[in-house]
Amino acid sequence: MASTAPRPYQNEDRRRGLRIFQSHFVTGLAVLATVLVVAPLVAIFGYLLFKGASSLTWAFFTQIPKPVGEVGGGMGNAILGSGIILGIGSVIGVPIGIAAGIYLAEFGRGTKLANAVRFTADVLNGVPSIVVGMSVYALIVMREKHFSAWSGGVALGIMMIPTITRTTEEMLLLVPHPIREAALGLGLPNWRSVLSITLPTASAGIITGCMLAFARVAGETAPLIFTAFGNAFWSHRLDQPIAALPLQIYIYAISPYDDWHRLAWAGALVLIVLIVISVALVRYAAGRAVLKGAG
Amino acid sequence: MGVGIEVTGLNAWYGSTHTLHDIGLHIAANRATALIGPSGCGKSTFVRCLNRMHETNPIARVTGSVKMGDIDIYSGISPVAIRRRVGMVFQRPNPFPTMSIYDNVASGLRLNGYRNRRSLDEIVEHSLKQAALFDEVKDDLKKKSGASLSGGQQQRLCIARALAVDPEVLLMDEPASALDPISTSKIEDLIFQLKSQYTIVIVTHNMQQAARVAEETGFFLNGKLVEFAATTKIFTNPSDKRTEDYITGRFG
Repeated sequence: MASTAPRPYQNEDRRRGLRIFQSHFVTGLAVLATVLVVAPLVAIFGYLLFKGASSLTWAFFTQIPKPVGEVGGGMGNAILGSGIILGIGSVIGVPIGIAAGIYLAEFGRGTKLANAVRFTADVLNGVPSIVVGMSVYALIVMREKHFSAWSGGVALGIMMIPTITRTTEEMLLLVPHPIREAALGLGLPNWRSVLSITLPTASAGIITGCMLAFARVAGETAPLIFTAFGNAFWSHRLDQPIAALPLQIYIYAISPYDDWHRLAWAGALVLIVLIVISVALVRYAAGRAVLKGAG
Repeated sequence: MGVGIEVTGLNAWYGSTHTLHDIGLHIAANRATALIGPSGCGKSTFVRCLNRMHETNPIARVTGSVKMGDIDIYSGISPVAIRRRVGMVFQRPNPFPTMSIYDNVASGLRLNGYRNRRSLDEIVEHSLKQAALFDEVKDDLKKKSGASLSGGQQQRLCIARALAVDPEVLLMDEPASALDPISTSKIEDLIFQLKSQYTIVIVTHNMQQAARVAEETGFFLNGKLVEFAATTKIFTNPSDKRTEDYITGRFG
């Protein structure tokens, strides 16, 4: 029986050229967008290399800043200080952030408290970093009556929490429901299922969230001005002012001296490279813990 | 060994939707019992009431009694304790993706605090053998992720995982519906072997499957148990007109 319905592909040949063009056109747009995303990073990194690489000497990593007028000197104390402050920040931000994320996704779903926590996290995410610095200044530094490394760590930790909380929540919600059912079906209590099954399943995404938060606060200058303050000498004491790379870069960059400017460029280069290295190390360590063929 | 299950006056709701109406039946110990019926008829909800998985959905509600051996699972006992005695295999294979094959099978015991390494090794091997998977994976037990296996292997892994905690009842919710014919026949062979040691309840869309593996079959329709009888009777001489219409393909 002859069909009277229109045949959807009868113009196939005529349209073929158009379709190929459309395909190439859209692919081209996607490539263009990719280039636009990658270009700034490459440009920044290239410019830093161009400006800063020549000042990178062994002394840069081992020495403290020299007084004005003396040649040389380095940012060794600032590198150490940044490490200490970021360590404190991570110790505070990562556990609190992940725990809050677990609460939002697994235990508090739909409750008023969870909605309040989620809202707070989103607002905190948008609070300017200098406001966080001022708050920590008021809460800790004013009470202690001096600047300190650990108040800087607290400021960075607070800034890490909302990012980690929200990514942890999102990643946990992505874990397929059948996986949770499998765990409950084995007779595991809910908390055990969350800690031993759901959380590890979402771990890759959660680690990415932590790294994102870490990389973001690693370059923060404003909250450290009121807390860690900076220090021209070696210090590893948590209750004393401490140097930090972003602070040191800031001080050198606004100075009127050419060799300080060069050191500031070198400092910025080192900061970015250190962030890249630490993110890569964590990813490598996390990747080794995951088995072949895991999703 | 398996235990019998006595269900009386079981009703279940999702929110305000009444999904199971006054179900009563006796599931015999160490037999396979099949539940058939069109999509949405309540057979999945029914098996999920047998290990209290139904109530993991916050809007779900159950009334009635389910006696498993001497225990009424709805009176004062924790759902977690029930689920350790009632294994469950789901429609889609759901191995834990971050765990090795070994860890998947050991997970039920280990995460409930079982620590004896040597006997854990034995239990894992025994469970994988029971699920007819051991020979295929014995060289990669701790090297490969459960998610790296094929779909049929994953489903047998899930069966091994359920068996490792030594349940008395094994619930299977369309265990072969996502699998190819060869994997399906392997699962059916398994059910055939396992039913001497476990009470098996299997939900299936495939009537031939019910006829092949189960001694008794229940036909569900619109949340009601229309007929429950010996499988041969259901498929050759059903008492209810609706059962006959369904198995002869007149609807559903």
